[in-house]
Amino acid sequence: MSLIELRDLVKSYGAVQALKGLTLKVPRGSLFGLLGPNGAGKSTTLRIISTLLAPDAGHVNVAGFDALKDPQAIRRELGYVAQEVAIDKILTGRELLNLQGNLYHLRESKRIERIDELIDLLSMEEWIDRRCGSYSGGMRRRLDLASGLLHQPQLLVLDEPTVGLDIESRSAIWQLLRELKVKGTTVLLSSHYLEEVEALADQMAIIDDGRVIAEGVPEQLKKELGGDRITLRVREFSDENESGQVRKLLEDIKGVSQVVVNRAQGFSLNLVVDDESILSVIREVLEKSNFKVFAIAQSRASLDDVYLQATGRTLMDAELAVAGERDFKLENKKSMR
Amino acid sequence: MTTPMANTSTRNKERGQITELIQETLALTKRLFIQLIRRPSTLIAGIIQPLIWLVLFGALFANAPASLLPGGMSYGTFLGAGVIVFTAFSGALNAGLPVMFDREFGFLNRLLVAPLRSRSSIVFASVIYITSISLLQSIAIMGTTFLLGYGWPGFAGLLVVFLTLLLLVFAVTAMSLGLAFALPGHIELIAVIFIVNLPLLFASTALAPISFMPVWLGWLASLNPLTFAIEPIRAAYGGPIDLGIVLLHAPYGDVTGFGCLRVLMVFTIGLFFLIRPLLNRKLA
Repeated sequence: MSLIELRDLVKSYGAVQALKGLTLKVPRGSLFGLLGPNGAGKSTTLRIISTLLAPDAGHVNVAGFDALKDPQAIRRELGYVAQEVAIDKILTGRELLNLQGNLYHLRESKRIERIDELIDLLSMEEWIDRRCGSYSGGMRRRLDLASGLLHQPQLLVLDEPTVGLDIESRSAIWQLLRELKVKGTTVLLSSHYLEEVEALADQMAIIDDGRVIAEGVPEQLKKELGGDRITLRVREFSDENESGQVRKLLEDIKGVSQVVVNRAQGFSLNLVVDDESILSVIREVLEKSNFKVFAIAQSRASLDDVYLQATGRTLMDAELAVAGERDFKLENKKSMR
Repeated sequence: MTTPMANTSTRNKERGQITELIQETLALTKRLFIQLIRRPSTLIAGIIQPLIWLVLFGALFANAPASLLPGGMSYGTFLGAGVIVFTAFSGALNAGLPVMFDREFGFLNRLLVAPLRSRSSIVFASVIYITSISLLQSIAIMGTTFLLGYGWPGFAGLLVVFLTLLLLVFAVTAMSLGLAFALPGHIELIAVIFIVNLPLLFASTALAPISFMPVWLGWLASLNPLTFAIEPIRAAYGGPIDLGIVLLHAPYGDVTGFGCLRVLMVFTIGLFFLIRPLLNRKLA
């Protein structure tokens, strides 16, 4: 059963169309990863789910409530941890949590009990009575998580929860999200880190240019793509000519479906093959033509390959493409009311 | 952790909507007061600045002929009312700034994803906060005015002073909050505050009576809402208060004390209705 159902969402900011008919279902109880490069529409999608934004067109249902008709009901069921850490620097962590508890109308006894639980859960004892202005990025994010969880929502929405965090804070947050899932909370997080979605999510969708381009169980997505990946070098740094010759040889082998010369990595060769038994055939063919095998590595399809297959570019390339042209002013405006 | 979902529906049935509205409003107000106590510089400046006005400006015109001032009062007494109103006005004009910063830093989003009973509680909290501060400042100024020998309004006078200030503060706070949601950022809001603040002071009867002014300025002053707040307060300082008598000799005719309060009331209600649709749209 789906906890979140989005149908044909369209959203524009001025001339920029952020969502172009996005459709997505998030099953109840899942730890759902929304993967995509910056500017793909992840934050906009999460803001619409959290009732901070209304779509220009489309249908939003969260926990059985229509976001346009009954946003209030959704807000009670949902905790939202924004990408930009919005914290009042003057308040202490405890004061902020108390404020948050009052905004969700928790009784005093319940509030105190929950705050104590969360301080414990997120190991914030040492910091909770200090002003938020003195917190590190990791501590701020923990406090943000605590305020999102205070009212025990059945759905926790996190926008890029570990961007810019140290490894320790990151693994603490990952651990917490896994525990939440075990206890029955549905967790929806966006990320442009492959490893994060790979490590955490049991369900996922890849978003690109305002649309969902693939969705399902991560393992399943990789499996459907089929084939194994092989990276091959005939010497440490080949030149284009040499790699081109090798490519011609490899392309004729039965069971090799794709050969790409990777200029970015010393003209190494990236192959897609049916299965690993082909390794010995490759070695044989190369030796016959007097090429040595300097390095050969075989791996299964990754989520990046899933993205590559669907969009024709790697996630890294997509990131780099938008890196220079991001409009921070516009992004800031989007989050402002 | 207990299971999620279990407690939400029962909790909402148990508790009244009013209780929840009060709970969220008080929590938001408390935040503003914690900020004030930990960063008291604006409050201290807000109390010292009018006192400087009072002492320096009072001294500057101390020798103004008493016959030019209404009821033959001293310039210090005359000025006291002006400074009280001006202080409350500037304080209320700044009310939008914290809200603007909350918008800019994304803290407002935190409030907007919460199931607030009514988002008006964000506005209520600002109004309660600014009103308390204005009253605190006014009392400080009135105390100093008294110590400087410029008099003290009687009991009825005090009621008039506070009523007048409440009307003015509500109106200006509403306007400032409206601006905080209408303007793109705090730079623009500060610019507007800068432009509005002093000219409104000079084009009012805070520093000099209308009889002092050239005709065009007299017209401006007698259309300026500040004037309608200053005159009743000044009357409260001029002995036993009678709102029935004419307090303002405007170019378009005489206005009584009740007349002043009526104008202020209309101004406040008018602004409220003007700004409500904007707030509703931004907070919907």
